Amino acid sequence: MTRFALSLASIGLTLLGVSVVVFAILRLVPGDPIAMMLPPGATDEVRANLERLYGLDKSIAQQYLIWLGDVVRLDFGTSTQFRLPVLEVILDRLPATLELVLLASLIAGLLAFTLSILAVWLQTPLATFVIDGLSGLAQAIPDFLWALIFILIVTLFLPNMPISGRFDPRTAQEFSTNFFLLESLVTLRFQAFAELMRYAILPATALALPLAAGITRVLKSSLEEAMAQDYVMLAQTKGKSRLTIVLGEALRNAMVPTIALTSVQLTFLIGGTVLIERQFSLPGIGSAAISAVLNRDLPLIQGIVMIFALIFILINLSSNGLYKLADPRLRKPR
Amino acid sequence: MSDVERFALSKETGTGSGLERSAESVSRLRLIFGGLVLGLLLIAALFAPQIALHDPTLDDLFLINMPPAWLNSDPGYYGIDNPWAYPLGTDSLGRDVASRLIHGARVAVIVGVSVACLAATFGVILGAVSGFYGGWIDAIIGRIVDVWLAFPPVLLSIILVALLGTTLTSVIIVVAVIDWTRFARVVRADVLQQRSRDYIDAARITGGSDFSILTREVLPNILPLLVTLFFFEIGIAIVVETILSFVSLSVSSGAVTWGDMIAEGRRVLNEAWWVMTFPVAALILTILALNATGDALRYYLDPVLRK
Repeated sequence: MTRFALSLASIGLTLLGVSVVVFAILRLVPGDPIAMMLPPGATDEVRANLERLYGLDKSIAQQYLIWLGDVVRLDFGTSTQFRLPVLEVILDRLPATLELVLLASLIAGLLAFTLSILAVWLQTPLATFVIDGLSGLAQAIPDFLWALIFILIVTLFLPNMPISGRFDPRTAQEFSTNFFLLESLVTLRFQAFAELMRYAILPATALALPLAAGITRVLKSSLEEAMAQDYVMLAQTKGKSRLTIVLGEALRNAMVPTIALTSVQLTFLIGGTVLIERQFSLPGIGSAAISAVLNRDLPLIQGIVMIFALIFILINLSSNGLYKLADPRLRKPR
Repeated sequence: MSDVERFALSKETGTGSGLERSAESVSRLRLIFGGLVLGLLLIAALFAPQIALHDPTLDDLFLINMPPAWLNSDPGYYGIDNPWAYPLGTDSLGRDVASRLIHGARVAVIVGVSVACLAATFGVILGAVSGFYGGWIDAIIGRIVDVWLAFPPVLLSIILVALLGTTLTSVIIVVAVIDWTRFARVVRADVLQQRSRDYIDAARITGGSDFSILTREVLPNILPLLVTLFFFEIGIAIVVETILSFVSLSVSSGAVTWGDMIAEGRRVLNEAWWVMTFPVAALILTILALNATGDALRYYLDPVLRK
């Protein structure tokens, strides 16, 4: 119980550090958010009113404490760009980002499993060479460049494939949540789902490729290690085929270390959404963050950075926990 | 922008055994490929004004969106005789793509190498101190690294460049400020591992100071890893510069960058695919060459890997 309390305190401390850093950085940004909101020819009085409204007439330390006090009550302020509560903007856009992350993780997992099982099952030098080469390529090229490559290929050779937005506004469907993909699946609207997937597949794959390579690397060597164990020999003498052994015996033992070692890489995927969303014009929190920076929408930037930080910290912590679960040697106190 | 963890992992898990000879030949191939591409890149960066056929910033409204030479069936339409005067075509302002590509290599090399040097210096010092001394120093540096890791790096770099202004120097500082943790974490883990070895005790018994133990005993042992990380970091820095240009936040002082070319090419992709394609290809080749060189050098420098 004390360890749980300790890790909670650690999350809180890191988040506090993040909030101080962000707040300090943003208050030093040149560029006047008030000036961007004012109509041309506004009087000084209007300006002073606006400054008071957004609390910009107080000192930075005061502003921070006020902001922190509000955040504790889940009030992240008002976006100067959208003129809506920051939390509302984030909650409105979070589903698009989460669906992108979910789909990308699924694709990464699927690709990695297929490739590593193929490599270990076939065991030929050619298969190993091709699969190592593919994963090396997928790993070296960042998601941002994969997205550009996809956009290039689609523009040149597949003009019917969409590269912008989440759906076709002309055939817009009615949804009661912003989880379009999940909702269309749950309500069994498969045609709508297929249409949404056409929009989602390219950004998700671009995000997925580097992660897929990372998982492949770990899973393949875990599988190879597992295949060298005695129980594999036993299964072989029982007359089981190599594929059955890989899928039935080795995979089970390779899964835990793989998940433990690669879960931390999920943060790269989530960080990557910031750019991918902009490249494919997806209305998620990543693209909102970039437009917030370009438009000096300070409250929105703060809110989004805090959300990202919370997600990152949780992933790092749980992957540490998984790692300890996977390796019993680490469970003992040092 | 995420190779370190993968990289650290690859170190732990290794790539099987009984492949010594193939590892040797793969490393040689990597070094040849990497050296060739990086050599070309360096030559382009050093001698850009001499190599480039045209001024990379010179507009020519008669030459807008001219395709590459081998696809240019009607050079007369653009009022030129020899399409090979513009081998890779022109962009939407009539500027020569090939010349811009060569001049862009300059910014890429400057940004990449400066960032890698800065990030490596800070990261190695903080990581080595943290791992070597442990205790409260380690706790403080560790907490700072934790805070850094809680930011999406791309978002943080966009925020910081918006803050510091879009000059070459600020781009370099920003990327280094964000990426030092990459070195710090790897170096800390490695120093921690080396600290408990017998040779450190031996050096201490013979009266070595902390500084001399760190620089003479520990550092040479983590050098192969550092070299690889250094090459990775160059690639990462070049990509981040491109990303900043892409969200219209990079070097604005008239310098030609691959990022600007890609951002511009993306806008005119439907009319002139070559404007984006060539810088993207150059960027990919550069990254692959940096990765290949880093991996190959690690193999040659690390006697344990070669054994």
